[in-house]
Amino acid sequence: MRRTTPWWKTGLGLVLTALMLFPVYWMVNVSFTPDEDMRKSPPDWFPVHGTLDGYRAVLGQQLPYLGTSLLVGLGTVALTLAIAAPAGYSLAKLRPAGAGVVNFVLLVAQMIPGIIMAMGFYAIYLNLGMLNTLPGLVVADATIAVPFGVLIYQAFMSAIPEEMTQAATVDGAGPLRSFWSIILPVSRNASITVGLFAFLWAWSDFVFASTLNGGGSLRPITLGIYQYIGNNNQQWNAIMATAVVASVPAAVLLVVAQRYIATGVTSGAVKD
Amino acid sequence: MNTATQTAPRDRGASTPTPSRARPGHRRAGGGTGRWAAWAFLLPLAAYLLAFYAYPLYRNLDLSLRDYTVRSFVQGDAPFIGLTNFRQVVGDPTFVPALTHTVVFTAASLVCQFGIGMALAVFFHQHFRLSATLRALFLVPWLLPLIVSASTWSWMLNSEAGVVNALLRSLGFGSVNWLTSPDWSLVSVIIANVWIGIPFNLVLLYSGLQGIPPQIYEAAALDGTTGWQRFWRLTFPLLRPVSAITLLLGLVYTLKVFDIIWIMTKGGPADSSTTLATWSYQLGFGSLLPQFGPGAAVGNLLIVAAVAFGLVYIRVQRRQGGTA
Repeated sequence: MRRTTPWWKTGLGLVLTALMLFPVYWMVNVSFTPDEDMRKSPPDWFPVHGTLDGYRAVLGQQLPYLGTSLLVGLGTVALTLAIAAPAGYSLAKLRPAGAGVVNFVLLVAQMIPGIIMAMGFYAIYLNLGMLNTLPGLVVADATIAVPFGVLIYQAFMSAIPEEMTQAATVDGAGPLRSFWSIILPVSRNASITVGLFAFLWAWSDFVFASTLNGGGSLRPITLGIYQYIGNNNQQWNAIMATAVVASVPAAVLLVVAQRYIATGVTSGAVKD
Repeated sequence: MNTATQTAPRDRGASTPTPSRARPGHRRAGGGTGRWAAWAFLLPLAAYLLAFYAYPLYRNLDLSLRDYTVRSFVQGDAPFIGLTNFRQVVGDPTFVPALTHTVVFTAASLVCQFGIGMALAVFFHQHFRLSATLRALFLVPWLLPLIVSASTWSWMLNSEAGVVNALLRSLGFGSVNWLTSPDWSLVSVIIANVWIGIPFNLVLLYSGLQGIPPQIYEAAALDGTTGWQRFWRLTFPLLRPVSAITLLLGLVYTLKVFDIIWIMTKGGPADSSTTLATWSYQLGFGSLLPQFGPGAAVGNLLIVAAVAFGLVYIRVQRRQGGTA
């Protein structure tokens, strides 16, 4: 089947991809559209009379939100890696009794709707005074990525040959040294994969942000967009410009992570 | 093939890679120190799961069984009222529409995502020039923050200035009030959700197709079957295990979709696109007078549904893991 590659298939593929990505193009197009053309019918299909007003508004109003999102994302990555890497090591290499139960709990944990977690977190944070705090949002956002991270680390680390750690054990290294100076460096690609997704999910989170940080000054970019929609319904170029900026991590992930995704993970949801 | 990360579904991780257990050469941590070390490394995870999964869930259950007001919410002395919140929620005039919309939203999203995803997977499996690049580009909707996708679709579906209506008008159709008419709001959020869900279905089904040995097709080609027959008689049955996993994962994730609907329509107009997830949020956070108890009760009903299907998923996956 590989031998016949007619051009019409590439053509059809291009058309389908263009259709699929049209909303993304439209977001970019609207982000450059001047206010006065926004409600023109038919709309301008290309940003020929483009303006940068939308992006000026982003720079002027949304920078603090972007900063918050960046901090929350990085914090979530750090917390996720700190919890998931040792746990993955334990489950993959030290194999405690009860590992099966832990795996089962991790799978079930991923099924729980975020909105329900958010309500429980809200009740707890209200009593602890942790609403509208960065650590509060980081801890909540990490619940999205921790189970995934443990499973990825576990899959990756169980593929590391036993001989590598055995040599170190002969030299008198304990589990901590083996983990820190052998397993962890070898698992670099797993770390990058887990970190990238933890960042992306924390950056994209709307549920936790709107329930736990909705009222304060420490709002992430997702809420920045949301409040834009609520407040100034007219400035869609600014809203879409913010959306474009908020999409940058996803674009970076797609370009950068393709490499790490391929090498980072050894088994998937689908066994083949 | 390395699919786990690519297939990690949207919000809540979970491509659930099954770790290959019991490799020859692996020893269980036998002696004293080994076992302690194993648990020491697990300790952060265990503490985290207890504090930030189990405890919020417990608080949520507690919320649904007590009569909370804003005051008692802060002071924590709300009286225990058993299942009253659940009874109130089930008797609420919003309950039946919310349940119906959840079922329609989930079923329609699944059918469309799966159908389109399958067609695209079969198409991209033909390895034409640029197919790998184009397939990667199809991932974009899945990687975008939901608020970005949802607000883009809101503007595209805007009644007066939206590009979709502009297109309809230029084709000679009338405008549709996508988001502001009760007849169309559910359709609109389904369209947006299908768009977001296609990549996930495409990736999973594509990796399933890669697992089918090409020899099977070569034998079929000798027998002179057409492409259409080949799909229905060979590809589709062979993909059944992967399809089951894809649909079940999709089911669990679609049940809890909240962001898209809330951002596009807030469940409106007049509850016409309210699902259990948005209703739960509406009760707890959507108004000035929060009803945490009923909100948590709706949420707990949703958990039961999601975890029930989740357990089916785990069962199916275990069974396939055993035979594959």
